[in-house]
Amino acid sequence: MALLDINDLSVSFRTNDGMVQAVNNVSLSVDQGETLGVVGESGSGKSQLSFAIMGLLARNGQATGSVRFDGQEILNAPPKILNRIRAEKIAMIFQDPMTSLNPYMRVADQMAEVLTLHKGMSRRQAVTEAVRMLDAVKIPDAKGRVRLYPHEFSGGMRQRVMIAMALLCRPSLLIADEPTTALDVTVQAQIMTLLAELRREFGMAMILITHDLGVVAGSCERVAVMYGGRIRETGPVGPLFAAPAHPYTQGLLGAIPRIDHEGDELSVIPGSPPNMTHPPAGCAFEPRCLYRREDCACQRPALEEFAHARARACFAPLDDVLQRRPPQAQTTTQGGQP
Amino acid sequence: MFAYIMRRLAVAIPTLLLLIVISFVLMHLAPGGPFSHERELPARVLANLNAKYGLDEPLWRQIVNYVYGIVVHFDFGPSFVYPDRTVNELLADGFPVTLTYGSLAFLAAVLVGVSLGVAAAIRHNSWLDYLAVGISIGAQVLPNFVMAPILVLIFTLWYRILPGGGWSFSDPSFWIMPVVALATSYMASIARITRSSMLEVLGSNHIRTARAKGMPEHRVILRHALKPAMLPVISYLGPVFVSMITGSVVIDLYFSTGGIGKAFVESALNRDYAVMMGVTILIGSLTILFNLVVDILYAWIDPKIRY
Repeated sequence: MALLDINDLSVSFRTNDGMVQAVNNVSLSVDQGETLGVVGESGSGKSQLSFAIMGLLARNGQATGSVRFDGQEILNAPPKILNRIRAEKIAMIFQDPMTSLNPYMRVADQMAEVLTLHKGMSRRQAVTEAVRMLDAVKIPDAKGRVRLYPHEFSGGMRQRVMIAMALLCRPSLLIADEPTTALDVTVQAQIMTLLAELRREFGMAMILITHDLGVVAGSCERVAVMYGGRIRETGPVGPLFAAPAHPYTQGLLGAIPRIDHEGDELSVIPGSPPNMTHPPAGCAFEPRCLYRREDCACQRPALEEFAHARARACFAPLDDVLQRRPPQAQTTTQGGQP
Repeated sequence: MFAYIMRRLAVAIPTLLLLIVISFVLMHLAPGGPFSHERELPARVLANLNAKYGLDEPLWRQIVNYVYGIVVHFDFGPSFVYPDRTVNELLADGFPVTLTYGSLAFLAAVLVGVSLGVAAAIRHNSWLDYLAVGISIGAQVLPNFVMAPILVLIFTLWYRILPGGGWSFSDPSFWIMPVVALATSYMASIARITRSSMLEVLGSNHIRTARAKGMPEHRVILRHALKPAMLPVISYLGPVFVSMITGSVVIDLYFSTGGIGKAFVESALNRDYAVMMGVTILIGSLTILFNLVVDILYAWIDPKIRY
């Protein structure tokens, strides 16, 4: 049985402009110890997907469908049940370590309260354990720094604190929502390496939400590509990167700047993501798609398995149309692996 | 921190001096004086009076003498209008009264206002929120000079359960109406500020983190949200406290409580220079003091603020 089983999950928000559909009929599963990458550009619904799993949607949001963790339904579960799962079974780290830690509390207090709450430890024990975890995320002089406030740490160090705090209860699933987006590149690499190490050490499964395909290639086993609140393509990282089946995946891979890229212009996906207040009737990617067909604008392709463990939602998938590749996508899709 | 407080207190001295000079000059610039009445006094009598109170000396000399009296003897001078009373006595009589009902009104406004604001924010867009917003708007449009007669009408004239005026330190029934009348509109403002600031804090990332940690909602509110939500409220409370314990002119006039608000107004009308100066200096000092208290509270709440 999968550790986390998401079935037909949809998330919508009531806004002044009407209902906004952020996530549509997403089904995903994560196995024990597995790392799943969820990729998409801003507004593709990937963060809302993770908030829905944790029950952290904004007040005007609502989720339908099913999210089962270890067989237990946790979507829209009462707070009592959710609060026993949060941090203890599923922990989360967020995009912006500058604002995600409480700026008004010492790191020691923020970390210790997790353990006093979930593990019934005394404050003393909890702080000792917090220091141990800060050591594990390689914060130098953890014993001294645990008494500091978040603003006395650098961005990378804050994200390490965030990670340490998330791991305190040894959760079996870690959801990392763009953990490196707010950090500079060298620090990004350090954080990703650290996450990979910790994951192995603790035998944790991880959902890594990112728009950075390089990060996915380096640390995930499976990947789901989201666009317009739906999963467009999913499969093991190697085959998916080598031969993307969905035009959007291909476009994303093409938009990665590459050191061996010839020519001076970066290939981009023309157009902008759809307005989710009025989602298009057909495929949401249709207006930007290089391979669109007539029925793409009025019919919505379903996610279909087309090879072992791989699925895509497209009427004109690239595995069918490799011979019709337009020239501008040519150079960038070669090799695939960034 | 200690050095900072000392520095601020040191700065307070020139500030107060400046306040004294400006008020003194303004006071003397205004036409008329303590001894100008409808029936004019004979010139010789006036000259004698001016000489007795030092008003015949040049202005700078009067200011120097006045400051000298305060610094050396802590003597704010005699009242110009009540010959047998000194300013020190007048303030010592009035200030305890004002301080009592002012502090009580302050406490009431803070306790009720903050609870109402927090409750409204937690139940955002629910009937409780609308009720709290309704109450605070209702209370806001009832300034103390409207509240006071309404209270007197209801509790004194109709129900006859509360005294309509006067003051007694031993009988709290005298305190109730002044406190309520003074607290109401401040309570409303505090509730509004608390609500909007709490809403903002509840939407912030670190609150989401606290929830992701599995904290029960009441702990999220009390441990994580309340402190930052109080920052804007506290900066509002400093000046409010001062105006509550000093500027309660309306309360003093309406309920004849005999606080310094009354002294302030009467001294201004009677040109009782010394009393006016005394009250001004008292309010000025309190303002300086409570601004300092607000700054210290800020540093206590927000570790990023260090002096």
